[in-house]
Amino acid sequence: MTKDKREVARRPETAAIPTDWEYSPAPESRELVHLQDRYGLFIGGQFVEPLSNERYTTIDPAREEPLAEIAQAGKADVDHAVKAARDAYAERWSVIRPSERAKYLFRIARILQERSREFAVLESMNGGKPIRESRDVDLPLAAAHFFYYAGWADKLEYAFPNRTPRPLGVAGQIIPWNFPLLMLAWKIAPALAAGNTVVLKPAETTPLSALLFCDVIRQAELPPGVVNIVTGDGRTGAELVSHPDVNKIAFTGSTEVGKAIQKTLAGTGKRLTLELGGKAANIIFDDAPLDQAVEGIVNGIYFNQGHVCCAGSRLLVEESIYETVVSKLKRRMRTLRVGDPLDKNTDVGAINSKQQLDKIGALVQAGIDEGAEIYQPPCKLPERGYWFAPTVFTNVAQSYRIAQEEIFGPVLSVLTFRTPDEAIEKANNTPYGLSAGVWTEKGSRILAMAQRLKAGVVWANTYNRFDPASPFGGYKESGFGREGGRHGLEPYVALDGA
Amino acid sequence: MLPGGFELPLEPRLPRLGSVDAVALEERAASLATRSIKRDSKLFALDLAIRVMDLTTLEGADTAGKVAALASKGIHPDPSDPNIPSVAAICVYPNQVSVAVARTKGTNVKVASVATAFPSGQSSLEVKLLETREVIEAGAHEVDMVMSRGAFLSGRYAEVYDEIVRVKEVCAGRAHLKVILETGELGTYDNVRRASLLAIAGGADFIKTSTGKLPSSATLPVQLCMLEVIRDVHEETGRVVGMKAAGGIRQSKQAVQYLVQVHETLGLAWLTPDRYRLGASTLLNDVLMQIRKERTGRYQNPDYFTVD
Amino acid sequence: MSRLPVHKTYKLFIGGAFPRSESGRTYEAEGANVARGSRKDVRDAVRNARQAGAAWSGMTAYNRGQVLYRVAEMMEAREAELAALCGGVDEVASGIDRVVWYAGWADKLAQVIGSANPVAGPYFNFTVPEPTGVTGILVPEPPLLGLVSRLAPVIVGGNTAVVVASEAHPLVAIELAECLATADVPPGVVNIITGLRRELGPALASHMDVLALDLTGADGDVAELERLGAENVKRIVRGRADSQSPYDIAAFLELKTVWHPIGM
Repeated sequence: MTKDKREVARRPETAAIPTDWEYSPAPESRELVHLQDRYGLFIGGQFVEPLSNERYTTIDPAREEPLAEIAQAGKADVDHAVKAARDAYAERWSVIRPSERAKYLFRIARILQERSREFAVLESMNGGKPIRESRDVDLPLAAAHFFYYAGWADKLEYAFPNRTPRPLGVAGQIIPWNFPLLMLAWKIAPALAAGNTVVLKPAETTPLSALLFCDVIRQAELPPGVVNIVTGDGRTGAELVSHPDVNKIAFTGSTEVGKAIQKTLAGTGKRLTLELGGKAANIIFDDAPLDQAVEGIVNGIYFNQGHVCCAGSRLLVEESIYETVVSKLKRRMRTLRVGDPLDKNTDVGAINSKQQLDKIGALVQAGIDEGAEIYQPPCKLPERGYWFAPTVFTNVAQSYRIAQEEIFGPVLSVLTFRTPDEAIEKANNTPYGLSAGVWTEKGSRILAMAQRLKAGVVWANTYNRFDPASPFGGYKESGFGREGGRHGLEPYVALDGA
Repeated sequence: MLPGGFELPLEPRLPRLGSVDAVALEERAASLATRSIKRDSKLFALDLAIRVMDLTTLEGADTAGKVAALASKGIHPDPSDPNIPSVAAICVYPNQVSVAVARTKGTNVKVASVATAFPSGQSSLEVKLLETREVIEAGAHEVDMVMSRGAFLSGRYAEVYDEIVRVKEVCAGRAHLKVILETGELGTYDNVRRASLLAIAGGADFIKTSTGKLPSSATLPVQLCMLEVIRDVHEETGRVVGMKAAGGIRQSKQAVQYLVQVHETLGLAWLTPDRYRLGASTLLNDVLMQIRKERTGRYQNPDYFTVD
Repeated sequence: MSRLPVHKTYKLFIGGAFPRSESGRTYEAEGANVARGSRKDVRDAVRNARQAGAAWSGMTAYNRGQVLYRVAEMMEAREAELAALCGGVDEVASGIDRVVWYAGWADKLAQVIGSANPVAGPYFNFTVPEPTGVTGILVPEPPLLGLVSRLAPVIVGGNTAVVVASEAHPLVAIELAECLATADVPPGVVNIITGLRRELGPALASHMDVLALDLTGADGDVAELERLGAENVKRIVRGRADSQSPYDIAAFLELKTVWHPIGM
């Protein structure tokens, strides 16, 4: 072929640009879940009717549709459960070899792995969180938590130098609605590994995964009464806290209720751990890898709709990069997909309850009233259900309510700082102390910040990472006691005497 | 963040440009890869995958016959289905450009040629410029050059930059220039980001991941890293730079993941062959099989699709 | 009518597969022809163990723990076959429980063996355990319990192993290999060679790419094996056939201490 010396034609007119690329609905199937119409209380290895004869309805917050009738456990029911737990402790749990206890917990872990998809769908249906999160975060972590603590059950003598740890007896455990199954795992796994039996009350609005967990207990052939589930609202929790035959209370929830519990237990000698609220500072320095830092901000506050005690709800940006970060953040917020929790492409799901939705709305209004500037990306929110668009406030002063109070919703407040000292001062200027985030390329600064931040968990160049091996818990009014890791055993054992 | 000033000399500044956190980058890429693209949205993506494809043959054994067959396939990927669009371009070695040009004449399918001592780039600048001139004179619409990794990894950034500027001079007005970074040789995402900025500064119209000649080629995190550079450049200067992912993309599912990433990082404006390309060869038939599966509901058999 | 059973052929376990000895030799044990492993088989096994090392030690500790737990699952499923080839169901039950016990250590070692060290200066200083590398194991009696008791602590920490089975009772080791092969243990992490101690011991002890040696089951000239091992400063361990301890794991771990300044 001869070489053509012709002029190459100029590139023709530009190719057409698509006007839209809508992702077709990609719903995970609800059929995996078999719901009963009504549930009793799980006491002594079986479901029983509540002696209180009281019931309430639990709903799907994305559709405002009822899912099942739930028992409201009263004083007599709680008493029944504690007796079953005490009985099981004395007769069936503390008397078996620790290596056998370990094997029960391993079984539970494996069964959760096998039934992972079913649980994930149920968790999203009852709680509102996106299936992608329940599938990829909640369930794997819950199974892993049981697996981790299973391994400790017959190794307790290695966890505490010069001590032979003994179990406490019966533990009363009260968990919140933001990570229902995961919080159940965080409570039950270490308690059982240490040799205790439990009475657990799931949150009022999210009882279903705990009730389905009773079927895992059945499949694992856990001895009856080792785990008891009593459903109900705050009244049930109060009965559990004040029951004289409970040796230890573990509570995760609001700081307000935590303080009430601490007051109730004063003088009783009962052991207590609290995991309460937070108002974490997420601190971005000018040398941070910016796109990844923005991902971290987004993950810190919009993951699980911001229903996270350790959420990075205050963004502290070094003033020199403020414009760039806010611009990138807003751009990124516009790609967040809010909608049906069961759609695999949803990033932000439903708010858990009307009550929480109202609370968020009130605080957001307070922010506007106090003079902060609000931004919300355009979202098509479904007609029914409880929804709140991802929100960011700029021009926020440290004293505004939105910078001080825990909102527990997808609302971020942005503040600036000029020097590391100023960042530390602002970050620590709160009665809370659960978590904090630091974004910088400089290793020594990560460590220096970590050293000075008064927070139980410091995430550097990452956020919202959890692992059963990693102790989690707060400073100050965010609570005391740790969950996860070797330290997570401590709340469930007696260490007096060598 | 793009710092002020790309002036030479670049050496003192370049190492401090743009750090990338590898763990977070890979997590974001993995998260985007879980998008579930079904039914109509999947058909849209598959159709788009063909329209942005650079159908490629870069073998020592390439002949006029092979290139002719490739061109034919690129123009009519599925002769039994007229709704299937043509690919964006076919990509060949310099010696095959004239065949490719002849076979695509009268169609919208462009001819891209590799140049500058592809794939290694280990030749003199003179040789590289001569080769570039030759392929343009033979009719190539697009030039895919290789960045000098040897010079880059030795820190001779000015040399890398200068080469790109000189090749672009040859191309300007006649062909668009893609700069292949060969990300698999660069070692870190930091280097990928720096090389991307360097190539863009030198005049690249497109930045491209790989030659496809190494076992490690395009990956989702690497593309994400490069897309973020393109986004920063566009935000700061308004300049439009295209992205080409090449090497190792063999399955439709991967192609869709690459497109989703572009969609959610750069938006709809980049979902066009003027700003995005997928360099591939076996991918095309897999996309055709997937399209037919979406339309008929049946999983397909490769025997029913022509091999070119 | 009686039925003629199909007898199993017992081969070596190398790189996740069951090859015959490259030497083609066998010896008779427990009524079967058992592969008589050679120096070259040891060489192949070590090569496989080395190649598998990066992926195995690179897995999360949680993952390794799960793999070991699955080994226990497979052993439980084959309780009868294993029992028939060793001391009986009690030995098998102990072996399974021992594997479960070690599985639970994977994601806790760093917390018990590692530390954050309060040095006198503005430095963050921490110590983490890391696997040593390819480990050779001479298995003590009893043939199953001794094997898992010495193998589990080696691999749970991230090492890979070349195991010389019991010479008199080798079959249960290959039966165990079938459990390993079906338990998602990556190929090459565990390699099992049957044959004569006097041939295989020195081959393993003198191999320069074997970095640790468990001589718990060594009979005969232990001193000679230790001398051979000194050539590349192997970590030599003599444990007990029926014990379990995190210190048995630590014996095959290196300790790495890292410093980093703390400052703005």
